[in-house]
Amino acid sequence: MSSHLDREIDSLKEKLLSLSQLVEENLSMAVKSIKNRDLELSKKVRATDSDIDKREVEVEEECLKLLALYQPVAIDLRFVIAALKINNDLERIGDLSVSIAKRVRFLTEFPTADFPYDYEELAKEAKSMVKKSIQSLVAMDSQLARQICIDDDKVDMLNKKSIELVYNKISEKPENTQAYIHFLSISKNLERIADYATNIAEDVIYLVDGDIVRHEGAEL
Amino acid sequence: MFIEIKNLDIFYGQKKAVKNINLKVKKGLVTAMIGPSGCGKSTLLRSLNRMNDFIPGARVEGEVNFLGKNIYGKNIDPVELRSKIGMVFQKPNPFPKSIYNNIIWGPKINGYEGDFDELVEEALKGAALWDEVKDRLHESAFALSGGQQQRLCIARAVAMKPEVILMDEPCSALDPKSTLRVEKLINDLKGKFSVIIVTHNMQQAARVSDETCFMYEGELIEHDKTETIFTKPAHKKTEDYITGRFG
Repeated sequence: MSSHLDREIDSLKEKLLSLSQLVEENLSMAVKSIKNRDLELSKKVRATDSDIDKREVEVEEECLKLLALYQPVAIDLRFVIAALKINNDLERIGDLSVSIAKRVRFLTEFPTADFPYDYEELAKEAKSMVKKSIQSLVAMDSQLARQICIDDDKVDMLNKKSIELVYNKISEKPENTQAYIHFLSISKNLERIADYATNIAEDVIYLVDGDIVRHEGAEL
Repeated sequence: MFIEIKNLDIFYGQKKAVKNINLKVKKGLVTAMIGPSGCGKSTLLRSLNRMNDFIPGARVEGEVNFLGKNIYGKNIDPVELRSKIGMVFQKPNPFPKSIYNNIIWGPKINGYEGDFDELVEEALKGAALWDEVKDRLHESAFALSGGQQQRLCIARAVAMKPEVILMDEPCSALDPKSTLRVEKLINDLKGKFSVIIVTHNMQQAARVSDETCFMYEGELIEHDKTETIFTKPAHKKTEDYITGRFG
């Protein structure tokens, strides 16, 4: 019985990691499409998201099959539960990447408007958190996962700063208000992506250590 | 403490089958014992009402305290002890008598002076068997199905009004439907009696028990709340066993 379960878990792990990789690549493309105002790349992000959605359903079905057929316990149960939740978080990161990429079309209408905040730094931090959260899952590294939860504060702070800077810019150049609202949305989306990376890290901590650390904040 | 086992070793001749067990069992709960074959869980269970006394060469060292008294101490009557700590076995073992007489047999030889009819009804209701057998109480117990026979054995134990019911793989000879009925019964018995159940079926341990003990090679490796054992066991051996990676 265990060898069947092991094989099923390995197969689920492979599917989840492959989905993670796709989500990470799509986020990078979305960030790049904004930076370069690249409409073609933004379309590719939207197309890839359909694949992400399909794979998310497949991973969920795998998890349900495992629960129904094998009634896993202990580490196996924690893995399936963590996989279900991480799967959902990855799909949401995928949606937010699309939401970022969609802004390219609007921003091309405002060629003179530029980011009032350090977009590259914010994007770099959010991407790094997603990357590290996936690394923590691959390596089953709860220490790294705990570090990611702490990193989220930095992204929150950058987003807060972005909001202030956008408000200032709207006052200065009200003719570009529409563009600044898109910049604001991008900042908010990146901040949400970092939150989902934090969720993934929290699920890795549960998977490895069995501790539910959500809502613990600074006590991590 | 309700049942407190201290430094318990059990030997079969030279072989130590149970090694230095220290365990506290709480009143009114269902406690499951799991572990691979030969790990000593049935031996430990049988030691709790001195059923091991019947096994030639079996020897016990250490203490099993029940309501503060060591059951292996002087002046302990094992027959009286077994009326307080009853037992249900792997295979249903009704007496070759009617359903009615199966129930009253124990209380009768122990000098019960109450109303036998009431006792039979109460015990059969307690074992969720009354509705199925109330019109044929004087038929042979062997006419019952395997699942009904096992519930009759539980009713027989319940009729003695024990404090504890020990169950040694009570569902291993039953089909899934009868197993579910016995499991429901175990849940109904909780609170009124303390139940200690040995089972090879880990899903059953997870379903019916409040606390679980994992034994391996005669030792008690881990004892905790069942939900903890099955989601976050503290010991690697427990995790490997319950996830089917050994045993």
